Amino acid sequence: MRNKRGKFLYCRMLLSLVLPLALPLVTFFGHPAAASPRQESTSEELLLLPGEIGRPGGRLVVSLRAEPKTLNPVTSTDAPSREVIGAMQAELVHINRATQLTEPALAKSWKVSADGLQYTLTLRTGTKFSDGHPVDADDVLFTFRVYLDEKVHATQRDFLIVGGKPISVRKLDSYTLVFQLAKPYGAGERLFDGFYILPRHLLEKVYQEGKFDQAGALATAASGWAGLGPFRLKEYVAGQRLILERNPYYWKMDPLGNRLPYLDEIVFLFVPSADAQVLRFQSGETDVISRLSAENYAVLSRQQRGYTVVDAGPGLEYNFLFFNLNDPTEKMSSEMLRKQKWFRNVKFRRAVSAAVDREAIVRLVYQGRGAPLWGPVTPGNRRWINTSIPHPARSLDRARSLLKEAGFSWSKRPGGDSALIDLDGNAVNFSLITSSSNADRAKMATLIQDDLKQLGMNVQVVPMEFRSLLDRVLQTKEYDSCLLGLVSFDADPTADTNVWLSSGGTHLWNPSQAHPATPWEAEIDSLMEQQLAASSYEQRKKLYDRVQEILAEEEPMIFLASPDILVGAKNLIGNFHPTVLEPYVLWNVEQLFFRNGSENNPR
Amino acid sequence: MKLRPSLAKWLAVMGVLHGVVACAGFFAPYDPTSQDRKSPYLPPMRVHLMDAQGHFHARPFVYPLRLREGTFDQYEEYLARKERLRFFVSGDRYRLFGFLPFRLHLFGIENIRGYLLGTDGYGRDQFSRLLYGAQVSLLAGLMGAGLTLFVGLCIGGVAGYYGGWRDDVLMRITELFLALPWLYLLFALRAFLPLAVNPLAAFFLIVGVIGTVGWGRPARLVRGVVLSAKERDFVRAARGFGATDGYLLRRHILPQTSSVLLTQAAILVPQYVLAEMTLSFLGLGVPEPVPSLGNLLSNLQQYSVLASYWWMYLPALITVSFFLGYLGLASALQERGEAYKIERSDLGSLP
Repeated sequence: MRNKRGKFLYCRMLLSLVLPLALPLVTFFGHPAAASPRQESTSEELLLLPGEIGRPGGRLVVSLRAEPKTLNPVTSTDAPSREVIGAMQAELVHINRATQLTEPALAKSWKVSADGLQYTLTLRTGTKFSDGHPVDADDVLFTFRVYLDEKVHATQRDFLIVGGKPISVRKLDSYTLVFQLAKPYGAGERLFDGFYILPRHLLEKVYQEGKFDQAGALATAASGWAGLGPFRLKEYVAGQRLILERNPYYWKMDPLGNRLPYLDEIVFLFVPSADAQVLRFQSGETDVISRLSAENYAVLSRQQRGYTVVDAGPGLEYNFLFFNLNDPTEKMSSEMLRKQKWFRNVKFRRAVSAAVDREAIVRLVYQGRGAPLWGPVTPGNRRWINTSIPHPARSLDRARSLLKEAGFSWSKRPGGDSALIDLDGNAVNFSLITSSSNADRAKMATLIQDDLKQLGMNVQVVPMEFRSLLDRVLQTKEYDSCLLGLVSFDADPTADTNVWLSSGGTHLWNPSQAHPATPWEAEIDSLMEQQLAASSYEQRKKLYDRVQEILAEEEPMIFLASPDILVGAKNLIGNFHPTVLEPYVLWNVEQLFFRNGSENNPR
Repeated sequence: MKLRPSLAKWLAVMGVLHGVVACAGFFAPYDPTSQDRKSPYLPPMRVHLMDAQGHFHARPFVYPLRLREGTFDQYEEYLARKERLRFFVSGDRYRLFGFLPFRLHLFGIENIRGYLLGTDGYGRDQFSRLLYGAQVSLLAGLMGAGLTLFVGLCIGGVAGYYGGWRDDVLMRITELFLALPWLYLLFALRAFLPLAVNPLAAFFLIVGVIGTVGWGRPARLVRGVVLSAKERDFVRAARGFGATDGYLLRRHILPQTSSVLLTQAAILVPQYVLAEMTLSFLGLGVPEPVPSLGNLLSNLQQYSVLASYWWMYLPALITVSFFLGYLGLASALQERGEAYKIERSDLGSLP
């Protein structure tokens, strides 16, 4: 199961480590509805969303980094597809990206049995798909049958396997469903976020013909596709844009009882480079922008013309340096074995960590718009960060004394600077691989190279293409050290299970171990298993705090920094409240509106 | 043999430029890799003779730049302090021509680090990086061109002089090399190499590849010259007196290719500097932190740098001036070569 999960994380990581969507988390059972549903028509229960009252109309233009590959929520793996699908689909229970807590969506309420194994969900009545077809429990049954079907290869399938067994779904009546788990699941109903309810009336036939993976191609006719999200498909022009229009049957309303969304249309333009996206935003061609780099943020904030750029604070991305700690094999060169002697020494790793100038990384790479890290949980994840982890300042003296304790010494080099030498008289030099497509990490690598030069270490930075980098780290294991970043797709620790478990596929420094290689890895394993099964937040927090402590002590990863989420929007846009969870700006797309309403007409 | 004035002029200009670059360590005030993390993207400091009060100072000075509160890259001159420029100061260690250890620098600034051409994103002195970078790029260009011309001379000479099947085989190989997409060859080669290549090895790799791939054109030109030269009367006469092939090639034929080779060299050097720049721009060249013109220019790939820091364009300006120099030299050499040829042929037709 964990391996499969590994594969899932792995393919997510391929998407440039920027993972969209959200998933499991915390335990807030029986969380009360954000507002009690009000009856608009006799049978339709609309969900009331608090927020500024907007004006209807208008067209929002957004740039996407690449053309989405599919509209099919089950088979999509790429970030652009996820962003588009997020505006077109809805799930049973939703994680509010601002509060990071769950809230009712298509399920208006849920109950958990005392043993934590049975979830009973009640659906909102009178809800309709974007083509007007009513929703009932059969659609939900169909949805989970598809997600669980191995032949469909749903990327999220592994999340539905709890305690080694797939979740089973039963229908009580046309609005009530029971989900049965084999084992208690710590993150609780966060499980349901990201499982979009599919239109059975449109997809059952294709599914039975075994062609489900072909459904939802971008070229699908607008009438052949439906969802429960605020927008529905209108037009797709290959290589240029995708246009969504307002879903007139959407099931949310504002405090005045107006049916959401406010906008008439969303246009996704395909703009491949980040710089081109900035230029388009600057010229007013697009209305919002997310994932800004600190440099581009500075450029935009220097010349604000009718738009605002916002620093939403540190996100969930953590960047780190790690060494190759894989078990020795026959294929490993003698040089690698020699280097591993240093890497395995925790004092060596601590010395490197002490020498890294995290403040300089935040200042020079993120222009101050980021946070230095000493553990994997970023300050953006307020509920889970262990605030008692020490934040030692950079100290070359401490680094030197640690190295001395570990038996290293220094030799005078003819040039005047001294070289670090290990017990056997070998000079300490190693390579540091990093992704060539990520300018931020390349910059960090150059800074670290200079930091470590002051300890007498000779580090060679090797930028390489992202896929071959992953191949080296996870498959061939031919590397010395690597600088990488991960974005947790949810604030809950479950999201990173696969990174911390020694058997995990993304346990980067030594992936997919049969048995934990070290006692501390074994301890992390057991802590993670316990927190996954524990039911209260306090219990889980205590366990996860300890995991963070061990990681900070043993430093298998030397945590560096986390960038702030930087976004921008035109001043005309109302209800613009960016979050640090993806999708940063469009998470409340149903509430976004133009202050000048429909005057913001299609160009 | 008298130098024509235009050639002398170009030679002098290029000599000075190369001299400065060759002695980069002396002219550059700092080590090109040392980072001043408090001063990223610091704009060029202005050298003053007149102070803010309008008083004249005999010794040039700069006002230190200070970061404006709460900004990342906005600096202002701090007028309360004047830091004088000093000449022939002792500073960072360097090796002149790669082996002579020195500490003497042409200039430095009292008390502070002064950046006449600003700094890059790590606070490294752009002026020092420019000089050292030009050193790497020009050396790559010169060595690559030397290698190319040597291979071209050998192959073209053999093909032209011996003719027959040797000529056929060699010329077909030449065509093959002319058709080779060298950039992709380099990509492929880089993929086969070990993970970490140290800067020196990377440098020689680049020189080796650009040098061995480009010899097709000079080989053809040399072959043409040799073909006509070997039929000259004085060559035939020498052969009649029993001169060996080696003697003929060395004494009479190859010297005739000199003007072609020199002109080719002046064209090839900038071309190869450009090749090095392309490679470094794509991240295949000399690795960080060693500067090269391509590395320096690759900063401009980012829109924010392009839009905000004009001094990052300076490497491009320097490159253009070098290229102009080389092209001027090439055309002066060509003029000289043609004049020389006419004189020779006049002599040859004397009774």
